[in-house]
Amino acid sequence: MGPLVPDIISNELNFVVAILIGIAFGYILEQAGFSTSKKLVGLFYGYDFTVLRVFFTAGITAMIGVIAFAHFGILDISLIYINPTFLYSALVGGLIMGLGFVVGGFCPGTSVCAAAIGKIDAMIFVAGSFIGVWIFAEAYPLFEGLYLAENWGNITIFEILGTSQSVLAVLMTTMAVGAFIFTRWVEQKVTGKPNEDVPIAKYFYGFVSVMMIFGLTAFLLPVKKDVVMQKINDETLINSFQYNTITSDELAFRLIDNDKRVQIFDFRTAEDFNQIKLPQSVNMTFDELFTKDGGRMLNMKNNVNVFLANDELTAKKAALIASELGHNNIRILKGGLNQFKTDIINFENPQIIATRQEANTFRFRTKAKEVIPVLIEKSKNTIVVKRESKRIVGGC
Amino acid sequence: MEQTKYMNPYIAGVLLGLLLLVTIFITGRGLGASGAVKSGVVAAVSTIAPQHSADSKYYSDYLTEHENNPLKNWLVFEVIGVIIGAFISGLVSNRLNFTLEKSKNVTSRVRMITALLGGALFGLGAQLGRGCTSGSALSGMAVLSFGGIITMMAIFGGAYAFAYFFRKLWI
Repeated sequence: MGPLVPDIISNELNFVVAILIGIAFGYILEQAGFSTSKKLVGLFYGYDFTVLRVFFTAGITAMIGVIAFAHFGILDISLIYINPTFLYSALVGGLIMGLGFVVGGFCPGTSVCAAAIGKIDAMIFVAGSFIGVWIFAEAYPLFEGLYLAENWGNITIFEILGTSQSVLAVLMTTMAVGAFIFTRWVEQKVTGKPNEDVPIAKYFYGFVSVMMIFGLTAFLLPVKKDVVMQKINDETLINSFQYNTITSDELAFRLIDNDKRVQIFDFRTAEDFNQIKLPQSVNMTFDELFTKDGGRMLNMKNNVNVFLANDELTAKKAALIASELGHNNIRILKGGLNQFKTDIINFENPQIIATRQEANTFRFRTKAKEVIPVLIEKSKNTIVVKRESKRIVGGC
Repeated sequence: MEQTKYMNPYIAGVLLGLLLLVTIFITGRGLGASGAVKSGVVAAVSTIAPQHSADSKYYSDYLTEHENNPLKNWLVFEVIGVIIGAFISGLVSNRLNFTLEKSKNVTSRVRMITALLGGALFGLGAQLGRGCTSGSALSGMAVLSFGGIITMMAIFGGAYAFAYFFRKLWI
């Protein structure tokens, strides 16, 4: 599951990746014609809308890709960098950049491209941007109020509008396609001739149909998480599923035996968990199973993952979710923690013992009743560190 | 030799979009440009006037984040790549030459001054916007960041609003 940094690709290797990505970025920008200020500002005077075409096509392609990746559980969207929203700062900064755009003819990325192929005006623009950043840094106390005002956090536009991501993606695609058609018309009016660089029928309809298919699949195929969460409410499915179980006695035995391979996932509320918890256990929620960190914990090699809750049903639901996500090395505690309490912690030696096997079990339980509470007491203050990946810090 | 034609903008757009998607998938962050300029400024100031950069909040925050090595930043490496990539592209398409591109209405002197001024404005604005066209607008749009989309609309809206007053520079 993405992002691949920092687990699969280390932070150091990431710098090499950065250079490679940069090379592709620079190559595409230059090939698209972003290395000439005349083409760039054409957008604002109606004679060349290349920038708009490239920019919105790129934005929408990436956006739909991100939504699709998140949709099918390939990318953990809670870990990627969502540019934070500081409302006033974003607005004022954007306006200043817009002014800089029509005065200077470039934006920072394109100026670097243009400078690389020898445009002197672009080199001067780059020098200017250093001065601009320096002025801001020196005058920071002056800007600080504006810079930090109205902090809305890492909020996305669909959270603000309250729509689903897919609806928004379709909406934005429609808007972009509308803009493409409109600007083509404007361009023809201004320049007086159709833009032959853009054979509209071939590429344009291809692009639109691909986007339509994407949009439709996003509508038709529900988010994986929703599908799975729906399944756990289906009683017949819950009951027909084959679970591997672990009995109270075996769990108690393994804990007493100090078997480090046992990893208990406790699906009770945090409150219950903090009151009493078994050794070698972490508190988990259904939601956490879907995250990259949750997946990693379940994937520990050779571990025996034990799911428990007060009752068996909750553990079954969790196990079903895990199985849907591809984790099959899970055993649920038979009868839940309630059964464990009756069997071990509050064990009362019955008067009648029928078989030899029962006698053995009861002898074990009598012993376990002494040891397990000690282990619980011992582990009370040890906090199993649950690894929590932080959101990646990016931005400019 | 003649320059090769520019790439079809829709194809370039799809390629750029896929690159951005791959970037987000691998690194968890988008593309950018102005962040590298910031790294450069912080590096320069902290080398020339270490005391001053330690006293000033904007520099010292950045230095702490980067463990006193401001150039060890993802975007610095990325922008080095951009220079290489754009150069290769210019080479294969015969677009490498030293020119000062300007409208015939303005003198070279005016073009140089406006380029410097425009760069300065963009650099300053990108600090407030927490990223430029690439880092805030494009990458922000890809992850549907509200702030990114606001910045994008402000950049393009602002440019259209001011375009009329600077038309002499271009047409």
